[in-house]
Amino acid sequence: MNTRLSADDYISLLLFYQRYAETLDAGQWERWPDYFADECSYRVQARENFDRGLPLATLSFESKGMLKDRVYCIRETLYYEPYWQRHVVGAPVVTAADQHTVSAHASYAVFRTKPDDVTQVYNVGRYQDLLLRAPAAEHGWLLQSRLCVFDSDLIPNSMIYPL
Amino acid sequence: MHMTTSTGSDTARRWIDPGSSRIPYWAYTDPDVYQRELERFFYAGHWCYVGLEAEIPKPGDFKRSKIGERSVILVRDTDGGIHVVENRCAHRGVAFCRERHGNRSELVCPYHQWNYSLKGDLIGVPFRRGIKQEGRTVGGMPADFDPKENGLTKLQVASRGGVVFASFDPKVQPFEEYLGPTICRYFDRVFDGRKLVLLGYNRQRIPGNWKLMQENIKDPYHPGLLHAWFVTFGLWRSDNKAELLMDERFRHAAMISTRGNAGQAGQATAGVASFKQAMKLNDDRFLDVVPEAWWGEPTAVMTTIFPSLIIQQQVNSVSTRHIQPCGPGQFDFVWTHFGFEDDSAEMQRRRLRQANLFGPAGFVSADDGEVIEFSQDSFAARDDASTLVELGGRSVENTPHMVTETLIRGMYDYWRRVMEL
Repeated sequence: MNTRLSADDYISLLLFYQRYAETLDAGQWERWPDYFADECSYRVQARENFDRGLPLATLSFESKGMLKDRVYCIRETLYYEPYWQRHVVGAPVVTAADQHTVSAHASYAVFRTKPDDVTQVYNVGRYQDLLLRAPAAEHGWLLQSRLCVFDSDLIPNSMIYPL
Repeated sequence: MHMTTSTGSDTARRWIDPGSSRIPYWAYTDPDVYQRELERFFYAGHWCYVGLEAEIPKPGDFKRSKIGERSVILVRDTDGGIHVVENRCAHRGVAFCRERHGNRSELVCPYHQWNYSLKGDLIGVPFRRGIKQEGRTVGGMPADFDPKENGLTKLQVASRGGVVFASFDPKVQPFEEYLGPTICRYFDRVFDGRKLVLLGYNRQRIPGNWKLMQENIKDPYHPGLLHAWFVTFGLWRSDNKAELLMDERFRHAAMISTRGNAGQAGQATAGVASFKQAMKLNDDRFLDVVPEAWWGEPTAVMTTIFPSLIIQQQVNSVSTRHIQPCGPGQFDFVWTHFGFEDDSAEMQRRRLRQANLFGPAGFVSADDGEVIEFSQDSFAARDDASTLVELGGRSVENTPHMVTETLIRGMYDYWRRVMEL
């Protein structure tokens, strides 16, 4: 397996990561599932569980339908204080690539700003991704799986929005 | 009786209303009240949760845990016995154990290498007898220094069905007596001796008083109103068949509910904004509920063990939720999800999938932490008001329905007696 991407492919991958973050930072939740393949998984897991091989994840979705159910939950069924997220996502490191898929990981930091409050470091961690090349898709790539392994040991009260 | 407070305003700490249906805001904010709670509930007279035996399966395994604000270590001895010792070196007070879990043959404080057995006995003190210099012994501990009197603080330990509780109080009553027969029955319903399988943790810091979480799980009024998923899918509705039971001192409780009426409109949904009759999941595996023989009739039993533990059984999702207060205005809330040794791979997947409903990001329970924060916001802003818990009356009794706040009144009836407030 080749782990090199062409410069053009890497730039498009970089853009994909940045667009994903921008979509979340803009609160465009309905567009969030568009970054995923129809068969996909999205998980947010404490580093403690990940490192120890414990299977529990704070959020664990196994289909695009589950992502849409989360969006409905954010919009309609949970009661919470709204907040802004700001993602800072490092350059992805590609660990494997072939003509259809790319494995990559990238560090992220998410800041949270609540109304009338100072900004806080909300969640930091690492995306571990499997991406599909998708020339027909808006951003050229689709996530087949995204695992957010977070260092932040205590979640400051609640986690409503995706990371 | 009232307390002297740092503000000197002792009238502010007088419980004015009779009974326990109006709880003054200062009960959630006053630092002296909070200190008394730690002393009387967490450090004396009560059993506090520390962990599961499944977290320390092998000899030498340990897990760092919390009782109130104190750090403790749950450890399995070489003979298989379980001990709980305070994480505080007898020498200079160092909370020496910094790892959250691991395996050791002895407990060592690296500061001066005092070492202790897994039982907490002091085994070695470097240079206890001094050192030889030019033929003379210099330094060392005084001749009457007795290692037997300088071990780690050893706690009382009770393990039942694989769940470990501990107490700093050597005179604490036996654990079964502490639970009482009614609550013991519901405790044993989950922890009936089957080996538990650890699935993992969720940890959150909630900016509210620790009692608000006990109250949240003694409040069957809110789930069918706040939690859209519960009311819409019938997991928890006000017209579900239900029972609310307490121990004879009203400190522990079990909220017992049987699922019904999913998706149907009725008295329990009329005017309830969170009831979404048309709501359909895109992926209904979140609610792939398979009844288990050990449940008996109820589909959910939420048990509060005062002061530190909530036992969750909501359909196939089971967890312990550990309350760790840190100051009057916040607490850490640690969820330990588990399954059972005889679970099929499919059942374990189901438990993990349903765990999406709970925890700090849960489809159902993410907003419990939020409402606790919003209550505390008001408590912190004024001293002269009280909460009102009068659904179902002002008295305390077990009920065959859930349209009541009797369990919260029960807890404060007990709280007032112990706190002498």
